[in-house]
Amino acid sequence: MVAQAGTFGRVVLTPRGGISALFLAIVVLCAIFAPWIAPYPYDVQDLSISSQAPSMAHWLGTDEFGRDVLSRIIFGARTSLTVSVVSICVSVFVGMSLGAAAGYFGGAFDRAVTAVVDLSWSFPEILIALIFVAIIGPGLESTMMAIGIAYLAQFTRLTRAQIMSLKGETYVEATINLGAGHLHVLFRHLIPNALAPVLVCGMLATGDAIILEATLGFFGLGAQPPTPSWGAMMNSGTAQIFLAPWIIIFPGLTVALTVIAINLCGDAVIQALDIRGRVRES
Amino acid sequence: MLSFAVRRLVMLVPVFLAVSMIIFLIIHLIPGDPIDNLIRTGSTPEQKAILTAKYGLDRSLVEQYVIWLKKLLNGDLGEAIILRRPVSSLITQNLPYSLALGGLALLFSTVVGIVTGSLAAIYKDSALDRGVMALILLGSTVPSFWLGLLMILVFSVQLGWFPVSGARNWHSLVLPVLTVGLGGTALVARVTRVAMVDVAQKDFVTLLHAKGLAPLRIQLRHVLRHALLPVITILGLRIGWILGGAVTVEIVFARPGLGTLLIKSLNQRDYPVVQGCLLMLAIAVMLGTFLGDLIQAAVDPRVRGNLK
Repeated sequence: MVAQAGTFGRVVLTPRGGISALFLAIVVLCAIFAPWIAPYPYDVQDLSISSQAPSMAHWLGTDEFGRDVLSRIIFGARTSLTVSVVSICVSVFVGMSLGAAAGYFGGAFDRAVTAVVDLSWSFPEILIALIFVAIIGPGLESTMMAIGIAYLAQFTRLTRAQIMSLKGETYVEATINLGAGHLHVLFRHLIPNALAPVLVCGMLATGDAIILEATLGFFGLGAQPPTPSWGAMMNSGTAQIFLAPWIIIFPGLTVALTVIAINLCGDAVIQALDIRGRVRES
Repeated sequence: MLSFAVRRLVMLVPVFLAVSMIIFLIIHLIPGDPIDNLIRTGSTPEQKAILTAKYGLDRSLVEQYVIWLKKLLNGDLGEAIILRRPVSSLITQNLPYSLALGGLALLFSTVVGIVTGSLAAIYKDSALDRGVMALILLGSTVPSFWLGLLMILVFSVQLGWFPVSGARNWHSLVLPVLTVGLGGTALVARVTRVAMVDVAQKDFVTLLHAKGLAPLRIQLRHVLRHALLPVITILGLRIGWILGGAVTVEIVFARPGLGTLLIKSLNQRDYPVVQGCLLMLAIAVMLGTFLGDLIQAAVDPRVRGNLK
């Protein structure tokens, strides 16, 4: 616990770590308390005030149905964050299990896992995601599955590399020679030591996942109306780009700032934990 | 070198088979009856029976795959449901646009990325370096479709320098290439900078300094040359990634191309077209990666030897 508090302090006390962590905290709080923070409901339409420029009443303007853009961004944080965080968490969990098993036991299973991982490695995530959206159909569930599967290879590969290099350490050999079982070695020694780089990698991937979710939403393949998501807002906004550019500018800016904050914060964590080499390994 | 190329090409065959199998299965994995998915719903049982036989859906899955693959190798990708045209003709019509955009964006990313990356490395910790690093951060975090929309707003709507959309002449390529290229540029610049800073600390560079060579000459003639290897490696690995960016950006600029065709068919559930586009994109990615491997092997003899 002491070590963790130390890491947290070292991240928050650097200027970029502190500012980005603060920004992320605000975004997360907005998502959680959206109904209380947002000045308007996200789905109330009022065509008499459609496509209005930013003003005192509507800080970020209104969209083509007269809905408040700021409120939709705040509610959209719920969709965008839930989708990306949940799908990356599942992806990290499955990827770690596969990678740990492959790296520890080796053999035919390892070869099979490595072959699949290598296969998907050269394909852009958006292409993998589109294949799965094609199978499952547009919507939030398929977006989550698509994101989870698209990033699976990355976590499997990284965990496998970590486990492989830890397996050769003297203390692990000693534990095995003392008669420890496979599960004990894996869960007590290998996985806890491999955890940090994989979790940081997962954090950075969450940023990419937000972009992927926004991209699918922008294509009209993610969140379906009237559910607000940062990407879906921009999809309906393209038709209005000349009349009401703020419908597109602000959700995109939110995505960009959030992803930048995640990257800076992740960088600060890497620095605080001194694991740059291990994250870059894969 | 030739034997490396042949071995590498042979390794692509199982990859192609695996990918084609997944794409073949799309039509069977989507919920609902394949016939309902292939044609509009609500057809009579007789029509269904005829179509089931026509598409060979009464045979086993393996047989269906073999038939589909045979047709595929003959260039027959089936017929589009909504556009009622052979999928292959739709693809040959759209492919050149995507190739032009992807190829130019790749070229742009490589050249600009190496130049800015080496400038950042040579003038490490200066304002220039920090500027490049900020650009790298932006390039890897700003969603490309949004960047494209902003470019349209600034350069087409406000300044009127470039057309808003379409693909009539080279003018209309400028903004899409810049949009796709920024992400790639960020990647190449980052790798170039890290590699050059790394090489600059090697003993042979210290020796060159001791011999009294001009620092700039050392950086350009010696450090950059060594640093290009990892750059080529990462470019080879990520060619598909840069091509994937083209798919996203086409839609924004309403350019014809595989990406536009794919997203439109996905939204209309025109599955034969979806299958065809995904297959073409996958093949483009595989060939791109193959090309990257070849260039890497041509530059670095160790790669040629390492292949099992």
